[in-house]
Parts: sequence; structure tokens; C-alpha cells
Amino acid sequence: MYETKYHKASSVDEAVSLMGAADDGKLLSGGQTLLPTMKAHLAAPSDLVDVSGIADMNGVGVRGNVISIGAATTHAEVAGNAALQNACAAVTDLAANIGDPAVRHMGTIGGSIANNDPAADYPAALLALGATIKTNARDIAAEDFFVGLFETALEDDEVIVSIGFEAPEKACYAKFPNPASRYAMAGVFVAKTAGGARVAVTGAGDDGVYRQSDMEAALDGNWSAGALTGVSVSADGMLSDMHGDATYRANLVKVMAGRAVAGC
Amino acid sequence: MTVVSMTVNGKAARADVPDNTLLVEYIREHLRLTGTHVGCDTSQCGACVVHVNGKAVKSCAALAVASEGADVTTIEGLANGEMHPMQTAFKENHGLQCGFCTPGMVMTATDMVARYRESGKTLDEAAIRSELEGNICRCTGYHNIVKAIADGASKMASS
Amino acid sequence: MSEGIGARVLRKEDKRFLIGKGRYTDDIIEQNQAYAAFVRSPHAHAAVKSIDASAAEAMDGVIAVLNGAQLTGDGIGNIICGWGVTSKDGSPMNMGAWSALATDKVRYVGDAVAIVVADSLATARLAAEMVEVDYDVLPVVVNSVDGLSDGAPQLHENAPGNLVFDWELGNEGPTDAALAGAAFTTEMDIVNNRLSPNAMEPRAAIATFNEADDHYTLYTTSQNPHVARLVLSAFYNVAPEHKLRVIAPDVGGGFGSKIYIYPEEIACLWASMKTNRSVKWTSDRTEAFMTDAHGRDHVTHAKIGFDKDHKIVGLKVDTKANLGAYMSLFSSATPTYLYGTLLSGQYNIENIYCNVKAVYTNTVPVDAYRGAGRPEASYVMERMMETAAREMGVDPAELRRKNFVTEFPHQTPVIMAYDSGDFAANQDQAMEAADYAGFEARRAEAASRGKLRGIGFSNYIEACGIAPSAAVGSLGAGVGLWESAEVRVNPVGTIEVLTGSHSHGQGHETTFTQIVAERFGLPTENIQIVHGDTDKVQFGMGTYGSRSGAVGMSAIVKAMDKVEAKVKKIGAHVLEASEDDIIIEDGAVKVKGTDKQMLWHEVGLAAYTAHNIPEGMEPGLKETSFYDPSNFTFPAGCYICEVEVDPETGTTQIVQFVASDDFGTIINPMIVEGQVHGGIAQGIGQALLEGVVYDDSGQLLSASYMDYAMPRAHDLPNYSVHHQSTTCPGNPLGMKGCGEAGAIGSPPAVINAITDAIGNNDLSMPATPAKVWAAIQAAGAKQAAE
Repeated sequence: MYETKYHKASSVDEAVSLMGAADDGKLLSGGQTLLPTMKAHLAAPSDLVDVSGIADMNGVGVRGNVISIGAATTHAEVAGNAALQNACAAVTDLAANIGDPAVRHMGTIGGSIANNDPAADYPAALLALGATIKTNARDIAAEDFFVGLFETALEDDEVIVSIGFEAPEKACYAKFPNPASRYAMAGVFVAKTAGGARVAVTGAGDDGVYRQSDMEAALDGNWSAGALTGVSVSADGMLSDMHGDATYRANLVKVMAGRAVAGC
Repeated sequence: MTVVSMTVNGKAARADVPDNTLLVEYIREHLRLTGTHVGCDTSQCGACVVHVNGKAVKSCAALAVASEGADVTTIEGLANGEMHPMQTAFKENHGLQCGFCTPGMVMTATDMVARYRESGKTLDEAAIRSELEGNICRCTGYHNIVKAIADGASKMASS
Repeated sequence: MSEGIGARVLRKEDKRFLIGKGRYTDDIIEQNQAYAAFVRSPHAHAAVKSIDASAAEAMDGVIAVLNGAQLTGDGIGNIICGWGVTSKDGSPMNMGAWSALATDKVRYVGDAVAIVVADSLATARLAAEMVEVDYDVLPVVVNSVDGLSDGAPQLHENAPGNLVFDWELGNEGPTDAALAGAAFTTEMDIVNNRLSPNAMEPRAAIATFNEADDHYTLYTTSQNPHVARLVLSAFYNVAPEHKLRVIAPDVGGGFGSKIYIYPEEIACLWASMKTNRSVKWTSDRTEAFMTDAHGRDHVTHAKIGFDKDHKIVGLKVDTKANLGAYMSLFSSATPTYLYGTLLSGQYNIENIYCNVKAVYTNTVPVDAYRGAGRPEASYVMERMMETAAREMGVDPAELRRKNFVTEFPHQTPVIMAYDSGDFAANQDQAMEAADYAGFEARRAEAASRGKLRGIGFSNYIEACGIAPSAAVGSLGAGVGLWESAEVRVNPVGTIEVLTGSHSHGQGHETTFTQIVAERFGLPTENIQIVHGDTDKVQFGMGTYGSRSGAVGMSAIVKAMDKVEAKVKKIGAHVLEASEDDIIIEDGAVKVKGTDKQMLWHEVGLAAYTAHNIPEGMEPGLKETSFYDPSNFTFPAGCYICEVEVDPETGTTQIVQFVASDDFGTIINPMIVEGQVHGGIAQGIGQALLEGVVYDDSGQLLSASYMDYAMPRAHDLPNYSVHHQSTTCPGNPLGMKGCGEAGAIGSPPAVINAITDAIGNNDLSMPATPAKVWAAIQAAGAKQAAE
């Protein structure tokens, strides 16, 4: 790992100002992706601003069907939150299957979505739930937030504070893990929301997380796994690599979508 | 360089370390507690698992400076040289061969048992196998590790 | 007795590992220690035009940057392959030059170009990035078939067409004739996928040159420290043998990958002398993927013929073996004498012909990995048998049984003389344990849940106890493959056994203790096993090829024979009895039929005080044996795998894995079962998950656990492990060896089961969900077309 300067921020404002003062600062939350990346010399931030201890960024709030998750809340905390499990078990189940237990003790929702790994789980949930990403500066709709592979709408020095969404009527996430990395080769989050069915796919698309509009249309009229049988998923735009080609991923998207709907 | 203080295996530890020092480097190189191992670069193998504030953490994916004030337990401190019931269970079930992944396995195992006990969930064979997602062993084929953890869980319950 | 042969004694070595007090190479810090990092080629094939280390050398904390020209200039020799294989035309193999640090050319991604020594690891790694190497990039070839093709890029000038050797075994004419006259034939293309061994402890070395004594010490992750010392001394000229101490302390797994002497150990020793510092290098996992010797990587075409009664009449095998960029220490033996010689399987086959072409490619060197040649042979044979049974419409178990060798000794047409076995007994045991009879009902039940269930057999045989020195010498081995032991009874009666075997997970400290405890009736805590240090142990050939039981323990037995003879003489002298009446039991030396006895420690004391020993007898009680085996040993068994495939995703779940092995005498069943578990896991890993992938430019795509799928707990089943043994007649304990069987026997069982489940035999390893799904689609399309 290259040299870096570590700062522990105690408030969002302090984190923002520390980032502003840094040459090439990076926010450090759980560090489960950033630190291995730095070890591999693939990232070399001049400064690390640790936001994990900021009170405003921690914890899960459930008020009726309005849910708010602090950006520095760990996967284990999300997975173990009883109120959230009652309101939206799809999200707690998703969090319970990210990485491994030790990673879940450190890794955070904010870190996950800020990195926007095309095979990460949370982006699919946030997109399907129509979540809002609240930063120190603004609210960003999930649709606008996830821009492309490892790219988000965040400005330099912008800090994600929390994620908000309304609990859907039904939701479920089904993931087919890569045999090596255990990231999603295809992860499909389906949600029956007040505004209609929403289906988001991670791991499979060559431009990161996306909404599967054909499936949404099919589910709008008939919320059942059977409704998806007629939907054809094209291999165009799917990732193809040593673990599976585009045709296989297209198949997985369809199978996982069906399983997600059946699992609701 | 930053001065970092923490409690490791019940003892106060304080050192001036470069900010980019990983917790595992601090434990191995500065404290010379070499039971915690490094088996990969991608935080997947779990040979480096320690407990930080009572939770299993991969010490290869944490900074020493970020662990300021933390209570850290390594394999050496699990029973302070004696045999913890989980360590005994690994021995009795032949849950180790070369021994390299073993400290991480044991630390993961004790964490998993504690979490399942706290949440009231059943730690059956499938759960143990799933909980071992982040610990790789090349020697045992896991059969005896899974047995050892189940045995260790009941030993911990009765101890 | 409770701690002797056959007892499930808990391991003596466990406590230190469990409490975090194991002592692996990277745990050791020498005084005045510096750290090494290597400058490695990012190109798979390139000429090295120049190296500019000035920026690195100028960095604070950098002690030295040393390159290949300096290394060869100091007379450090090239890395060699220690087993000469002769081509069928009589020509010797074409060994290309391999310098520990590349001089003119790099030939694989990761090939070392320079070593940086610095006062911290971080500085060494940063400095390594600062070394500027000017490369002239050359065309690349990564697989054996392309490597042999016309116009392929040439790796070594002395290996035209990248051919290392073109070797044959058996008799081609009669085999062709037998196949031409066969009533049924089956022909297949079979690929044995390339693997990375992945011992969990990465390789490491600490080299210390002591100027005062002109002496070197090397701590290293080795399966065979004496062999390392021999090769480092005799071939690489790093230091003369008597000036070099090699210590392999606790070693975290090997599986073959830690047999070899790699460039890093050579460079660290030499750099220690150049810098007058201890030089430590520890591989990270990415370096391990890039530089540890890989395993397997065969491309084979095979044809088997049967008569009208389904008896095998002939087998012809054509294999192209990828050896990588250079010849590693035993790389030539693996695809030849450890492969072709096992192609008779468990079967009576009169005519076998095998041709192996070994090929250089721009990939990391390939050498022995758990099983080494025998998994490849077993995979060819057992895929062929299962496929032939399906094509002939007969039960695969029955077809095998019809062709079993049943009389021993049995001379195969491919060198090996099987000494013992009862293959039908193993098959019976496995079939009963697997409830083979109930399979069709289980298949139907699975189908009702939408799952495809299949069952597959594998009847493997292997050759262990490696090996009779004269025999392997005649086949090209550069070393003898005996083992040595010293049994040292101390004056207080405790015993130290110094063994040339090396334990890196196998539990020798326990098993070896058991045979000593049983022999002399002593408690195991009075016995210590010493290994892994050339200054302590007389000599040793090390641990690989499942040899530490059949060869290593035989040496201990032979040394104990000598101790016992001397003890009896002392006993007879002191107790005033005839030597023939002396017996040793329960820790005492007794006169048969009397109450006269000496306690064991009294014998030790008598031997060392020498106040009252037979006239002319030398004092002391310490005996050495060098045991050279008389034959290979032949572990064999029957494995049955049962799978359920999810047709929607192609995911395979192993629902049952049964093993029935014949390992001869078993000292500690607990440890043996553990070896089988681990071997099967690696075999299942090969079959379902693992594969090294290079792209066409020679970049290693599977360079971390993000892309190389290591078997995890939830990928694997519990194993149903059974034994049905015949005694090996070739060694004093009757042992055959158990370390590799699991990895040898399991891959064909898994693939036979999956192909049975999905109804498509065209499936290669690793059978990933993506591949299995594609095979199901292909089978469906074929069915639709018909």
C-alpha cells in the first residue's frame, strides 16, 4: 500500500472539509473494497477520511413504511435489524448474503453504492426500490445515482449520508453468485411498489445495474413468476467473461427474476 | 505516522505506526503475534480473522490507525495459551492439517457460535458451511472443520 | 495398544497450531533482516533490452537492486529439471536455459527480472515498481496444441517447435492391430485442466549469509529441505553443501508446489551474500498464482477397444502436455513415468500405447501437483470406461468388474507390476455404501423436484512409495528416492526420531510416533519426531508422491530393527540371559518366562554409561537406516459420486460422495481419513471449480481468488470414506500410501456423474454452472433435432 494520511471524521461537515483539504482524498467506511484495492496499488489516495464513526451516518430508521439507512451502517447491522426485517425482509436478506460474516461486520451500504461495483448487491435493491441517496449536498434518485461501471453521480468530496426508501408491498432478491468471487453473476431485485413493479438487475449487464423494463411490464399486470415466462432476455448488453458468457447471463437474469418473484 | 492505542488480548498496546499499516501487519510485525496469518491479497481466505470489539474482522482489510481504542482478540488471546473449547474441538475432530488457516477458522467459529447463540438461530451443518464463506482451507476438505465447529458449539454451550 | 498402529491418536502437533504458536517461515525475523521484492515481467514473452534501476537505487531504504547479468556473472547456475526423459527417436529432452533472474528474455508473466533488497517490505515493493525494464515484446503461445503448430512463436532456441520431448511407452503396432480388430471402440478428446496448487501458506524464504563463517542459512517453505540444499549447492552453485543449512519449519501445505527450488530462494541466498544482510521474501497470493508451479494441463485423444464380451483389447493414448516456459524440477516425469505407466488402470489390458509430446508455452512452469500424472491417467481411463459402458449399453460397474486384474503380481504392458489389491472388494464396498441399487428411485424422486440426478464411478489405481532408486535411475531420475531415518534413544530412554520426510500437514509427528510407541511399548509423549532441518537430520528425500508412509516409515522401522537388536544384546548381557529369550514389551526389556527385566530407560542409561555392555560393543544407542523400496506401492479404490444438477442454472450439487480405498496397513485412521477428505476436495475442486486461465496474450486472468474458484465449505459435501485393504508385500509395515488418492480418484467420478445426469457426455473440467448449463442446452437441441 502506498503512503496515505488517515483522518477520523466525527461529523459529516468535518468529513466534507477534510475531503476538501485533501489533494486526492477518499472516504473510508468499512474499507472492505478500498483497502484491498489500495493493497494492490490500484488506488493511491493521498488521504483517507474515515466516516465510520459519524453518528449521523449510522443506524437504521423505520417509521411506518419509511425507511432510512445511514450510509456507514454495516451489512451486519442492516441484516440484523428486526424493524427493517419486518418492513422489508428483502433488504435484510440481501445484506445477510453480501460477502462473508467478517466482511459484513465492516462493509457498509454507503461504501457499497459509492463504489458501484457492477456485481454488487445493494445497487439492485436501491434501484428497484426507487431509493433516494441523501448526500451532504442533495438528494439523488437511485436512477440518477448509478451512472455506469464503478461510476456514480457523486461529485468529488460529496459524502453519502443516508439512503431512504419506502417499504414496498412485496420484494425479494435472488442472486446467483460467481463461483470464485461470490459476487453476483446475476442478481435480480424485484419490488411490487405503489408505483408498479420494479425489477433491477446487477452482475449481468455490461454497464452495471439496470432496470428490466420488459419484466416490469409483465409483472405489472400479473405479479407472479409465471408472468415472466414469456419475457425474453437478450444476451445483447450482457457481460461475458471466463465465468460465463452473455447467453448464460441472460438465462440467469430470467431464472433469478423468476425465483425472486416466487420468493416474495 | 500516528500513535495508536488499543487493547490486544487484554493488554494495552501502543505504537507509532505509518497510517497505511494494516491491522494484521501491526499484529504480526509490531506485536509479534504471528498466529494471525495472511493467505491472500483480496480479503477472501480468512487466515487473518481476529475479533475487534467482539466481532470477527479480517485484519488484512482494516487499518491499525482505524482501530484506535479497540479491544482486539487474536488466536493467542482466545484462551491465553490454554485451549478454548473450540480449539479443543478442532483437535478432537482433526479439524486441521497444515494449521495455516486454523487460527482464522477458530476465530470465525467462535464468532459464529456467539452470534447464533445471541440471535437464537440454529447453527446446523448448512449454516456452518454457509458461515465459512470467508475462510478457505486447502487441506481438510472442510468435513472435519464443520464437525469441529458443531462440536465446539456444544462444548461452548456447556462450558 | 491404544496409541499404536491402527489407533485414532489425536495429533501431537495440533496444540501449537491451535493456539497460534506455529512457526512458519514468514513468522521468523532474523537480526539485520532486509526485505526482497521482485521485478517481474508484465509480458508473457519479450526480449529484455535494458534494465534501469537508478531511480529505485536512489530511494531511501533501498539496499540493492540486482539483476540476471550480475547473477550469472557470479556463477550462479541455471535451474534444472532433475529427471531426463528420452524421446522415442533416442534424443535427449530439450531443456531450455532458466536463470533465476532473466537475462536476455522473459518467457511468462511473472518471470523474475531483478531482485530489490530494502530495509522494509513497503520500500522494496515500491522500489520494484520504479525499476524500468525496456522490453521488446514477442509473439506468445499459451497452450500445448498451439505451441506445437507450424509457425508458433519459439521459446527456446534448443527446442525447435517448442517440443521438449516426444516420448512413447508400450507397443504401437500390436495396439493398433488390437483396436482394428475390436468389436467395440470408444474414442474421446479429453482435456485435463490446468490448476494452481494453492497451499494456504504462500511460499517464503529468509536467506542469511554469515560472512564470518562463509556460511548460509535458508529458512524456506519446502517439502524437502535436503533436496533443496543438494540442488542449490550442486547445480546452482549458491554455496557448497556443507556451508548451507536449509530449514523448512512449519510449512502450511504443499501439494507438490513446495517440492521445487524456485528462483526466489536462489536469488535471496545470492542477494544475502551480495548485501551482507538477511534477505526475506514472502510471496503474496497474486505472486503465488503467477509463479508457483501449476499442475495438470493435458490435451489427450484416446481410443479404447473391447471384444464382443466387453473385455478390453487395447488402449491408445496421445497426449500433449503443457510444461510452461521452463522445465521445473520434476516436470518431465509427471506426464511420462507417473502418467503413461498408470494407463492400465485396474484392468487387464494386453496392448497399450501412449505417446506424450511435452511442449513449451509462455505460461508458468507446470510440475507435479497432488497426484502428479496419476490423476491425468485415471481421468483418461475412467472417463473412457464410463463412456464405453454407456455406448455399449452395459452397466459401468459391471464393465469395470469384467476387466479387473484379479491375480497378483500383475505385470502391465506399461512398466508397472501391481503387487496386491482386491478391486472387486473395493467396488462392492463402495456400491453398498452408496446404495447403488437404490439409485434409479432417487433419480426419479429428484426428477419430481425438477432436478437431474446422476451417478458416476471411478476405479483408480496409482503408484506411490516413490520409489526404487535403481528403477527410477534407469528411467532417468537424477536422484535416488530412498528415505532415511535415525532413531536416537537418549540416556533417559526418551526417543528422538530424525526423519528425512517432511510434514506440512500430514501429521507425521503423530503417526511416526505411533509406530515407535508400539514397537517399544512406550508412551507417545516420550517420543519426538525431528524433521525439516539439514543440520539436524542426516539426509532425506522429503515428502511427496505419498511416500512418507511406505518409504519414510519403512526407514524408521529399519532403524528400529537395529536399535532393537542392540537393546537385546545389552539386555541379554545385563540380565545374563540368551539374546533369543529377550523380549521388548510395555517399555521394558524382559527375559521370556522369568520376572527378570530392565526398564527401557535403564537400557538407555546402560548404553550411554557403557559400564556394563557386551565386550566390543560401541557405547550409545542411536541407529540410522537408509531404506530403498523394492517396488512402487499401488493404492487403489472405487469412488462413487452422485450429483443433482439444477437444469435452470447448471449448478451441480454433490449429494453423495463415497470412497472405498485400499491403502494397505493404516497407522492412524483419523489422519488417513483426513488425507482422503482433502484429496477428494481438491479433486472436486478440479472437476467443478478450478481452472487457470491465460488469455491469448499470456496474461493470467485467474490471478486471485476473485477469479480462481477455490472450493469453499458450502461447495463440498460430507464424504463417506471406507477402507478395504490388502497388505502391501513390498515394505515392512504393509503400507501403500494415502496422500494423493482422493485427488486422483475423484475428478472422473464427478464428471461421470454430471454427464450421466444431463445426458451429454461432452463436458470439460471445471464443470462450472455456465458450462453445465450450455451442455444441457446442447443436449436439448440435439434431442430436438433428432
